Amino acid sequence: MGCPPARNDRMQLVDIADLHVSFAQHEGLVQAVRGVTFHLEPGESLGIVGESGSGKSVTCAALMRLLREPPARITAKRMMLGGHDMLATGRKAASTIRGKVAAMVFQDPMTSLDPVFTIGHQIAETIRAHRPVTKRDALEEAIALLRRVEIKRPELVVRQYPHELSGGMLQRVIIAMALSCRPEVLIADEPTTALDVTIQAQILQLIKDIQAETGMGLIMITHDLGVVAETVDRVVVMYGGKVMESGPVEAIFEAPLHPYTRALLDSIPGQAAGKRRLVEIKGSSPNPVTPPPGCPFHPRCPRATIECRQVTPPLEAKAAGRLAACIHVPAEVPPVEVAA
Amino acid sequence: MTAALELRNVTKRFTLRRPSPFRRGRVEHVAVDSVDLTLERNRVVALVGESGSGKTTTGLLALRLLDTSEGQILLDGEDITHLPQPALKPYRRRMQVVFQDSYASLDPMMTLGEIVAEPLDIHAIGSSSERRDEARRWLEKVGLDASYANRYPHELSGGQRQRVSVARSLILGPSVLVADEPTSALDVSVKAQIVNLLMDLQADMGLSMLFISHDLSVVRSLADEVVVMFQGRIVERASTDRLFAEARHPYTRALLDAVPVVNPKARRRRTFLGVEELLAQTPRLRPDDCFAPPISDTADPQLVALAGDHFVEAVVEG
Repeated sequence: MGCPPARNDRMQLVDIADLHVSFAQHEGLVQAVRGVTFHLEPGESLGIVGESGSGKSVTCAALMRLLREPPARITAKRMMLGGHDMLATGRKAASTIRGKVAAMVFQDPMTSLDPVFTIGHQIAETIRAHRPVTKRDALEEAIALLRRVEIKRPELVVRQYPHELSGGMLQRVIIAMALSCRPEVLIADEPTTALDVTIQAQILQLIKDIQAETGMGLIMITHDLGVVAETVDRVVVMYGGKVMESGPVEAIFEAPLHPYTRALLDSIPGQAAGKRRLVEIKGSSPNPVTPPPGCPFHPRCPRATIECRQVTPPLEAKAAGRLAACIHVPAEVPPVEVAA
Repeated sequence: MTAALELRNVTKRFTLRRPSPFRRGRVEHVAVDSVDLTLERNRVVALVGESGSGKTTTGLLALRLLDTSEGQILLDGEDITHLPQPALKPYRRRMQVVFQDSYASLDPMMTLGEIVAEPLDIHAIGSSSERRDEARRWLEKVGLDASYANRYPHELSGGQRQRVSVARSLILGPSVLVADEPTSALDVSVKAQIVNLLMDLQADMGLSMLFISHDLSVVRSLADEVVVMFQGRIVERASTDRLFAEARHPYTRALLDAVPVVNPKARRRRTFLGVEELLAQTPRLRPDDCFAPPISDTADPQLVALAGDHFVEAVVEG
């Protein structure tokens, strides 16, 4: 194992500044992420909300250095994970840091597991890839981890194969695997999107419980505002590869600053009784090959003016702990230094 | 007046020969178990439940895209349960479907104009120029420009493709539309557009719509009545407002409880019940709790009428 570069322990868990990610494709340069800035404090839970193509998954994949480069091209002012500079890190060292600092859970648990090995084997293998323990001890630990994620009769499940388990059970196995290296931050990319509603609620509760118990940081990537409202402390709203707004979850749901966040919240169906038309957002998401000039939301924004097309609004402090990228949102407090 | 669509005691059994490469013999699976469902004219009935509940199979049975094992399917009061496929053709004009995955359900080699006009071709309605004009008119009606007629499905976004699917389904002027998770693959901002489109067209055309979905939030905004399925059976049925306010079956309650609340201040811990626990909690009623006398006097759970067109699967204890 390569020795990861020295780290500064007082650093934030995640610290990203002005991240750009693009992919060279046939149809041109796909600009997936266009200047994203956010951070995660130790023990904090952060939700990254956005629709497909907003750049939320690519941002985290870039942070973990999971993207193949090329075709991906990553540039940033800063991209720190657990105090390690992920921009300066080579592929091998990046893998060591991933095991130590961060673990990731994806949407589809079936494709994250190998169908020809038992559950126990796969968890034990993960443990042994990062820590020098015997096979027997690793298997014992796997059983304990499965018990931790509330799988009944774990000593039986370790001998089963992925196809024998339901989607909800498999996602629990994946979470157990992610926890096996005692990560400082768990990145969950749409962990419940493929699951039924009742199972989704169980998995979200489990993630919350484990986060509270271990004190690890959590990044929850989702398109579902309900999931965000249920699980995280702070929210980053993304659209067209940019951050539109960020702030504490209660403040954002109570009084969103950015017109996009407002529109998203208004379009959620079923908030009141009675048959009614929904509030829709006209138009469709921007094409990442030819993003609109200025604010990416201006073609669909009810408040858009000519200026919105000409100027790209900076993400700036509008109130205590709240940032927004909209020229129509006045700063309620004298702008303090932007804690990116 | 006869109902637009009626399912009477419909059951669908699938026989799995060789359930796994390592096992012999056959396993029988009851996907839909004695389902009664009435879709009145100009109404939206939502069929909700989780994967494996039998809701999609019920939709396919209603459309005669699958054959029933038992029971009857009536379209406008006519029994179509055993009609052979050629004899079904005139009935197909009256019942249409929109599926979840608009990418898989649109032919990539056809232009959007051809796709939308295809039902007219199949049923030999109008001249070719009339069909072309009608297709263009429908593209506009679902919120696309008529110039889209010359484009291909891959050029569109998911929401736009779903608009094309809707146009194709409605161009024949059906009386019944089965919409199977039509908004599940769509982004939040586009989902509302498609829900509104379906609502508007349903009202304009007086469509009777069977809306199959696992998304209770959408169902609440769109349906007149909700039917809840669990393990192939209907466990509860009521008007939408009543179901959301006064659900009686533990499974319906579990389903409603699991929906994330869009208010961070209302976070709470939930309790989760397994299938066995839910089944063990089947409501027990006394005969005088029932609005109408129970259908049978067995001790098995049955669909029991409560006040206000509210039905719940319960055990009636005499």
